[in-house]
Amino acid sequence: MPGLKDVKDKIGSVKKTAQITKAMNMVASAKLRGAQEKMERFRPYAGKFAEAMRDLSGGMESSDLPLMEVREVKTVEIVVVTSDRGLCGSFNANIIKSAEKLRKQYEAAGKTVSFVTVGKKGTQALKKTGKLRVAFNDIMGSFQMFNAREISQSITEAFLSGESDQVDVVYGKFFSVGVQRPVTEDLLPVKPVTAEEGDSKGKAEITGSYIYEPDPNEIMEVLLPLFLNVQLYHAMLEVGASEHAARMTAMDNATNACKDMIKELTQLYNKARQAAVTGELMDIVGGAEALK
Amino acid sequence: MAQIQLEVVTPNGAVVSEEVDIVTAPGVGGEFGVLANHAPFLSTIKTGTLSFKRDRTSKFLMVTGGFAEVSNNKITFLVESAEFGNDIDVDRAMRAKDRAEKRLTQAQQATEKISRVRAEAALQRAMARLRTAELARH
Repeated sequence: MPGLKDVKDKIGSVKKTAQITKAMNMVASAKLRGAQEKMERFRPYAGKFAEAMRDLSGGMESSDLPLMEVREVKTVEIVVVTSDRGLCGSFNANIIKSAEKLRKQYEAAGKTVSFVTVGKKGTQALKKTGKLRVAFNDIMGSFQMFNAREISQSITEAFLSGESDQVDVVYGKFFSVGVQRPVTEDLLPVKPVTAEEGDSKGKAEITGSYIYEPDPNEIMEVLLPLFLNVQLYHAMLEVGASEHAARMTAMDNATNACKDMIKELTQLYNKARQAAVTGELMDIVGGAEALK
Repeated sequence: MAQIQLEVVTPNGAVVSEEVDIVTAPGVGGEFGVLANHAPFLSTIKTGTLSFKRDRTSKFLMVTGGFAEVSNNKITFLVESAEFGNDIDVDRAMRAKDRAEKRLTQAQQATEKISRVRAEAALQRAMARLRTAELARH
């Protein structure tokens, strides 16, 4: 039977932990709201952008744009977007795991792989592979479009110089507060966006009557790097929201675990106290008996 | 006077959404103006000053790269950032301009292409901010 004081101390410390995890849960839920609003604000821009891209690539002939150039793939660059901070369950571990899986797939096919990481957790985990090209740390807390631009500039330069022939991105997508899963998407070369069946006819007609300044190819040249920014920014937004949602769940679980533990410990404490009282009583009774 | 619906959308949400008389924008091929019932039109936008007029009052916005689309008597700007001239911090823009100029001379010596391009872009942004703020004050 553990000592009374030990149990009491233990209860105290578990209670403090529960307070912290509860506070973290609340902070995460407030931040999640912020992150979701940020996503909401981004939606009109992203939607309109995708629409224009579709219109344009529909009206384009062959694509001789460098960012759309499809080459024989020797080197694949994988952009891994994680959070900067931990304590959010298996969220980051899942992203890293699927990035590693992707690397093994590519390597099995005889391709070289390099990593670009966004977020400290991914950097820490992938540094030891020795394949890390660039790391962007400590920006996931409050990032803006220019952060995404910096990243896309780096991967564009690598792609254009022939250092990489294909770029993929792995990030944690926000499906709901309860579900976040790692997903993989293609970044470079940019694939021509094709209109969905059905509305393609109407779109083509509109495209034909547009006045372009400069011509569609030149517009596309300006738009492609911006499109890359949009995609990266979107991935970062998803990770931002997912991180907080994952932390909320993790902290909620931790708080519940603390509660269970406090319950068990309190029972243990009561038992130990009762044992002590009984012991003392026995002593007194024994002593009184001996005096008779 | 017939009006046209103006929308300025950035990744951080819509900045402007109103009916205006005329819009003047910094296109890549030069500045262009758009009035009501303009033909469908698509142009890329460079960093500069976007102005629009309504009831004889003009407003000025500093915008960075993106594009503009005109269709159905509506002009939509998709730009990476947009700031009203009145909200621009002139001192900060001045400092940014000095910094960019300094970096530009350094970059030219080092003949580093990437940092030169970046410094040029930063300088353009700072200049556009200052010009927009200047226009908005009058």
